[in-house]
Amino acid sequence: MRAFDYARAESPAAAIAAHGSDGQAAFLAGGTTLLDLVKLDVMQPRKLVDINGVALDRIERLDDGRLRIGAMVTNTALARDQRVVADYAVLSQALLAGASTQLRNKATTGGNLMQRVRCPYFRDGVSACNKREPGSGCAAIGGVNRSVHAVLGTSDSCIAAHPSDMCVAMAAIGAKVQVEGPEGRREIDFADFHLLPGDTPQREHALAPGELITHVVLDAPLAGSRSAYLKLRDRQSYQFALASSAVIVTLDGDTIREARVALGGVGTKPWRAPEVEAALVGQPVSEQRFADAAKRAFAHATAYAHNAYKIPLGQQAIVRNLTDLTTA
Amino acid sequence: MSDDKPSDPHFSKIIGAGVPRIDGPDKLSGRAHYAADQLPAGLTYGYGVFSTIASGKVTQLSVERARRMPGVIEIFHHGHFPKLYRSPSSFAQGNKVEETRLPFEDERIYYAGQFVALVVADTFENARAAAREVEVSYAEDAALANLEQGVAAHGTQSGSGNHSRGDAAAAFDSAARHIDVTYRTPVETHNPMEMHASTAWWERDHLTIFDASQGVVMARNALSKIFAIPPERVTVHAPYIGSGFGSKLWTWPHAVAAAAAARELGRPVQLMVPRAQMFTTTGHRPETRQRLRLATDGSGKLVSLRHESINTTSFTDQYVETCGSVTKSLYSCPNLMVSHATTQVNRGTPTSMRAPGAAPGLFALESAVDEMAAAAGVDPLDFRLDNYAERDESKDLDFSSNHIVEATQRAAERFGWAARNPDIGSMRQGREIVGYGMAACNWEALKRPCDARVSLRADGTAFASCATQDIGTGTYTIVAQAVSDLTGLPLERITVELGDSSYPDGPVSGGSWATATTLPAIAKATRVALDEMKRYATGANGAFAGVASDELEVAEGGLRNAAGKQVSFADILGAARYGSADGEAHTEGADAQYSYRSFGAHFVEVRWDPGISHLRVARVVSAIDVGRVINETTARNQVEGAIVMGIGMGLFEATEYDARNGRPVNNDYAEYVVPVHADQPEVDVILLDYPDTRFNEYGARGIGEIGITGLAAAVANAVHHATGKRIRELPITLDKLMDDVPEARTA
Repeated sequence: MRAFDYARAESPAAAIAAHGSDGQAAFLAGGTTLLDLVKLDVMQPRKLVDINGVALDRIERLDDGRLRIGAMVTNTALARDQRVVADYAVLSQALLAGASTQLRNKATTGGNLMQRVRCPYFRDGVSACNKREPGSGCAAIGGVNRSVHAVLGTSDSCIAAHPSDMCVAMAAIGAKVQVEGPEGRREIDFADFHLLPGDTPQREHALAPGELITHVVLDAPLAGSRSAYLKLRDRQSYQFALASSAVIVTLDGDTIREARVALGGVGTKPWRAPEVEAALVGQPVSEQRFADAAKRAFAHATAYAHNAYKIPLGQQAIVRNLTDLTTA
Repeated sequence: MSDDKPSDPHFSKIIGAGVPRIDGPDKLSGRAHYAADQLPAGLTYGYGVFSTIASGKVTQLSVERARRMPGVIEIFHHGHFPKLYRSPSSFAQGNKVEETRLPFEDERIYYAGQFVALVVADTFENARAAAREVEVSYAEDAALANLEQGVAAHGTQSGSGNHSRGDAAAAFDSAARHIDVTYRTPVETHNPMEMHASTAWWERDHLTIFDASQGVVMARNALSKIFAIPPERVTVHAPYIGSGFGSKLWTWPHAVAAAAAARELGRPVQLMVPRAQMFTTTGHRPETRQRLRLATDGSGKLVSLRHESINTTSFTDQYVETCGSVTKSLYSCPNLMVSHATTQVNRGTPTSMRAPGAAPGLFALESAVDEMAAAAGVDPLDFRLDNYAERDESKDLDFSSNHIVEATQRAAERFGWAARNPDIGSMRQGREIVGYGMAACNWEALKRPCDARVSLRADGTAFASCATQDIGTGTYTIVAQAVSDLTGLPLERITVELGDSSYPDGPVSGGSWATATTLPAIAKATRVALDEMKRYATGANGAFAGVASDELEVAEGGLRNAAGKQVSFADILGAARYGSADGEAHTEGADAQYSYRSFGAHFVEVRWDPGISHLRVARVVSAIDVGRVINETTARNQVEGAIVMGIGMGLFEATEYDARNGRPVNNDYAEYVVPVHADQPEVDVILLDYPDTRFNEYGARGIGEIGITGLAAAVANAVHHATGKRIRELPITLDKLMDDVPEARTA
């Protein structure tokens, strides 16, 4: 860990002012990613602006039925919130499938959006990594890429999977990310918040320099929907997803009226799968139809040396989740 | 323990009782101070700079920037380090180290994660920050990153522990049925919870070091060689160890570096190895490739068995993983050949990891036996019962005590093996396919020479000491149980001190020999102290003046005569104005009259849900024959813990290295996957509890390692029963069991 300046902010405005447009400053929320990477010397901020004192820890129902979540709401508080449990089961389940109790008690909603990848070549501080050192290459391609590397949305510059469970649920639900910065306030569609690596994997999100996430506003729940998160991994807890699915469905009898499907562990960003959704709508509840639809998510997948299994595994995550939701 | 065992008149009820660990409260309340908890006055902190290449040399090392960092006291490296001497690394002399090369000996790099510099600063944080400012340039050579690359580049070197009897090749060629299969196991890393750490200081010419060590005497002797000072001038302390699993058996470079830096600076130095480097510079279980060739006659009797293994070792030292150690004697077979070879790769030096040799070896052997049974058309349980050896054919000796048949049958019955439908994938429950598998487990019973001291003190307490260690297994507790049994003192009046090299020489805590080695020495020392007590009691002014010593018996922390008069040890000593009655004793290692081994069998149920490619171990029943059980709770805990570790070996664990440059890839606690609570199956351990009094007076053979042996094979055999897939390369991850994995389109 290198020496850095440290400031505490009492309000978003104060935090933004303290941060400035200094590319070397970082907001400190739960710190579960940031402090880890600082200790590994992978991130070297010159200044940390601690936002634990800003009053962004509330969850409010808006008049239009949407749910507004303060950026500092912890993963534990969000997962246990009764409105979330009742209306967004997929989100509660996704949160509880992530990390450990101790980490969820510290980790925040805004911080989870800013989670960085688990690629060991990014974290080792030495290997070629375009994310850490643009232009240096991607050691994961041609290296060990079984667990935390993607098959969707990859590029020749980066194949690291997005690690979040929470974001996969939010991708399925639909949300707006409210941010505040030196230029004022704005909203970013959740789908546009995380960026594909392309040629610029060092750019991971749509925030401008100095912008602070203040809230995430979830779309109103689909009336009469059921939802669930299914996470597949080697061990049963405390591991990032090899493949996961967030599924929301509404039924007309035995027919799918509406479906939202997002995937984790397989994509370079939280991966909404509209082609699967389109293939499901109007279809009868049938495991074979689910399998046919799930296949579409991976039509353009790229399998690397050790993660080709994620292509069928991701489909299984969709099919089993849909089956359980529609036949329970 | 079995319910139908008669009580043993030789021991009081405390031997065998599941008494709680006497060191438990200290551990739970934070009073137990480990190596890195030591904070002597003037303490400084070291932090390593570690090689980022796996092979080559340091061409330039610049410390200018680092030196200007806050709090930096000194920076050591190969161009600036005191002259030290290598330890001969002899187990017989008691100075074994695993990596004979000294830290900073030269500019050569043999593995990634090797120490290239050591920064010492006033705080841990300052040392770490400055370590990042040390600039190192390398000339990188092509690294040999794995076993196949090593074998291809320079073949193998022959190892130790080989054995041959009969003519295995000829018998194989003429046999009715054969199999010829190759198994692979990856590098596994011990990952004890407690970090490797050393806190060292010098007073005049005396080195004191608190080291996370499974062998304080061995460490003392090695350090005495390395610093060329008498062993009396080195004291190694390891009062508590947060597990080691073998990685803390011998002295590693960080302990040497800490001690050397402390001497140079004239101040205490603490050096903790970061988790990432606990994968590189403190040992690991090496990668293995094992070829098994088995053959039977028409009736399913083994007629030929060959087990040839190769393991990776480092360029600095040869470590042999004796995969065939159990193969020599588990089954009866007249024509048998076991061989071990090594190949050098650019990794740190491997070391013993819980059940070295046997753990990877029995994965291969007990998988192969299942394959052989299938080829012979025999139930795998019956095949084993038909082929188990009745005596040790490799040594031509009888076993001292062997209840493997009973262990296998009792575990089979408890498990419900009879309900197994042998057809692949035939047993289902809901979405899951059920698989049943079994395997034998086996470990040599070892016993080393040992010294111990026991004092019966005037304050009514007893004090027992031995320079062995409690590595979390319960050694403190069983020593107290032994003293209590012989003296009648309650446990709360018995103090046990271990983990201090200035106490009488005790064994390394390894090889499952701590119990069988330590307890006889403690018992002998206690009896010497009791004889002394009787002399004091029967002396001129003693409580039993004029009574013959042999008329006195020990009772409830005192002595009693035939008439029923009872006087406490405290009163006897008080009357004589003595502070204590003391006993010191030496006991020898095992003799060679018998083959001493422990036996058992694992039965495993796996569940495979093909719809989500989910494999889990649902149930384990194990019956273990380890002689007498001294403490039912800690013994059961050892077997259960070993089973958990075996599940990790079977399903999850593998240290991965980049084949292009030899760097470790998943060297952290998140991506190196070990089982968590949610993975725990129902575990049912049967401890047979037949005392092996040919081995020692307690009849105890040791229990730390046997539980992991065979477990991964039982899992693999169950997986085969469920899925029809024979996985010959650990770990058995879900991707190896999936049917429809496409080809990779790119690297």
